[in-house]
Amino acid sequence: MPQDKSTGNRIFDCINYTLLMLIALICVLPFVYVLAVSFTSPAEVAKGGLILWPKEWSLASYRYIFSTDTLFRSMLVSIYITVLGTFINLLFTSLMAYPLARTHLRGRQGILLAVLFTMLFGGGMIPTYFVVKAMHLTNSLWSLMIPNAISAFNLIVLKNFFQQIPDGLEDSARIDGCNDVGVLFRIVLPLSLPAMATFGLFYAVGHWNQFFNAILYINDSRLYPIQVLLRQIVILSQSSIGDTSIDNTEIQPLTIRMAVIVFATVPILLVYPFLQKHFAKGVMLGSVKG
Amino acid sequence: MATSTGLPNIQARKGKLATLLRDIIRDKWLYLMLLPGVIYFIIFKYVPMYGVTMAFMDYKPYTGFLGSPWVGFKHFERFFSEPQFGMLFRNTVILAVYNLAFFFPMPIILSLMMNEVRRSKFKNFVQTLIYIPHFVSWVVVVGIFYMLLTTENGILNELLYQITGKKIAFLLEAEWFRTMIISQSIWKEIGWGTVIFMAALAGVDLQQYEAARIDGASRWRQLWHITLPAIRSTIVILFILRLGNFLDSGFEHIFLMLTPTNREVGEVFDTYVYTKGMTQAQYSYSAAVGLFKSTIGLVLVLGSNWLAKRFGEEGIY
Repeated sequence: MPQDKSTGNRIFDCINYTLLMLIALICVLPFVYVLAVSFTSPAEVAKGGLILWPKEWSLASYRYIFSTDTLFRSMLVSIYITVLGTFINLLFTSLMAYPLARTHLRGRQGILLAVLFTMLFGGGMIPTYFVVKAMHLTNSLWSLMIPNAISAFNLIVLKNFFQQIPDGLEDSARIDGCNDVGVLFRIVLPLSLPAMATFGLFYAVGHWNQFFNAILYINDSRLYPIQVLLRQIVILSQSSIGDTSIDNTEIQPLTIRMAVIVFATVPILLVYPFLQKHFAKGVMLGSVKG
Repeated sequence: MATSTGLPNIQARKGKLATLLRDIIRDKWLYLMLLPGVIYFIIFKYVPMYGVTMAFMDYKPYTGFLGSPWVGFKHFERFFSEPQFGMLFRNTVILAVYNLAFFFPMPIILSLMMNEVRRSKFKNFVQTLIYIPHFVSWVVVVGIFYMLLTTENGILNELLYQITGKKIAFLLEAEWFRTMIISQSIWKEIGWGTVIFMAALAGVDLQQYEAARIDGASRWRQLWHITLPAIRSTIVILFILRLGNFLDSGFEHIFLMLTPTNREVGEVFDTYVYTKGMTQAQYSYSAAVGLFKSTIGLVLVLGSNWLAKRFGEEGIY
């Protein structure tokens, strides 16, 4: 939309652009700082000052991180629950969303209501803990994947998405001898790739960032995901990477703490640019129709 | 008469049963696909709902659900008479009000600012950057704030020291707790919060602006009379949703920020449930606290939705 070029408008634009730039910088500068410090030599960091680009590059903190078993293992745990967990999420959610999208299905309304109700009321932390425990899931990585297998909100949005797919496409597959399972996997899911990418990203972010469930359900420190370790190192300032039996009170140097933050952040941020196009579409779909 | 009306009735019922059976057999694959999801919701959502009855028992893990004695409202009475109750209530409500007052309007303001940007490259650039914090965990957010604000070598505290000659222990002192919580929330979610408003703004008819400009409306007038009314219903719906989750002030976030020195202003219902239940093993008592919270939450959701409908908005259900 063309705006007239009066001075008032120019001043308005100028202030607006400056403020937006400032907000954008505030959102990313902390990450740049963390990244830069993690690559700077400890001696340089000790001098102080704001580092946004390492003057003396050093890989010492990353070399240290990979020399310890603990951090490497946590990374693997996080990758494992993110990949497998997201697969379970997408499979379970689409398996349930598809039948609910068929309006002629008997009992559909009742199940939908029951799902909606779980968004309003829940048993809470303690009863849920006992259920997870009774299922013998505690102290296993399944406790981080199975109890959150389906998000009610995502399920409803995906159901609405499936409903928009023209029936004709599915009918033709059925005439060719596909049953409902075949229709879902051969017709509906391939047509829903943007939606699946969006939900996949949301579920994956949830798994990668998972922290509290791990504290709740897992005691064995060898099964801790990266976020739990990150809290111990950065917030509680324990030197729990390396050999924990030696010295627990010594605080890790700044550069190492920064490197751990980078490791807990970068994998999920790498996924984001690839999916950005899709999720803008997917989110809007969810927000308008959901 | 009686026989002639009764017979078709039975036949009709038989017919209905037959069609029902036929429909179920026809859709057997669909029901089979539903099964895992339904089992999931029953086990992990509905069984815990039934499990809240442990709030009315003295639940002992080794005697189990059936062997624990019923004690009525004992745990609720204890909770309400506890001096902690007032503190928890106050902390939860104050944080919730701050959230509504300071956090809620931010994405709206930012969306309005972005909407005035005509260069789409600049807009995309800003959008890409402001979404990023949403994707990192609360542990990372709190960790980064920690690094920036700590009194030992925290870069912002160093800066503060150079200017004022003093350092402030932002992360430890109770008086800074609420400010920290709200500013971290804003930093993490301000960008992501714009997504939904930008979608609403994209739907505004551009001809309205043109017409307004011909009538001599300034940019502020256009904002006030066209843009804001256009996103009004989105604002109302999100406000209801926020009100409905009034008591959920971001459990993980608060848990991470809690220290022994700020517990007095930072402890909320959720963190109290964790402390009592998981670390002190007072299962029934903390289940009672949790049930109290979810019940109030349910009332708030239904109440605010009712309110929205009274004000002529669509509501959520």
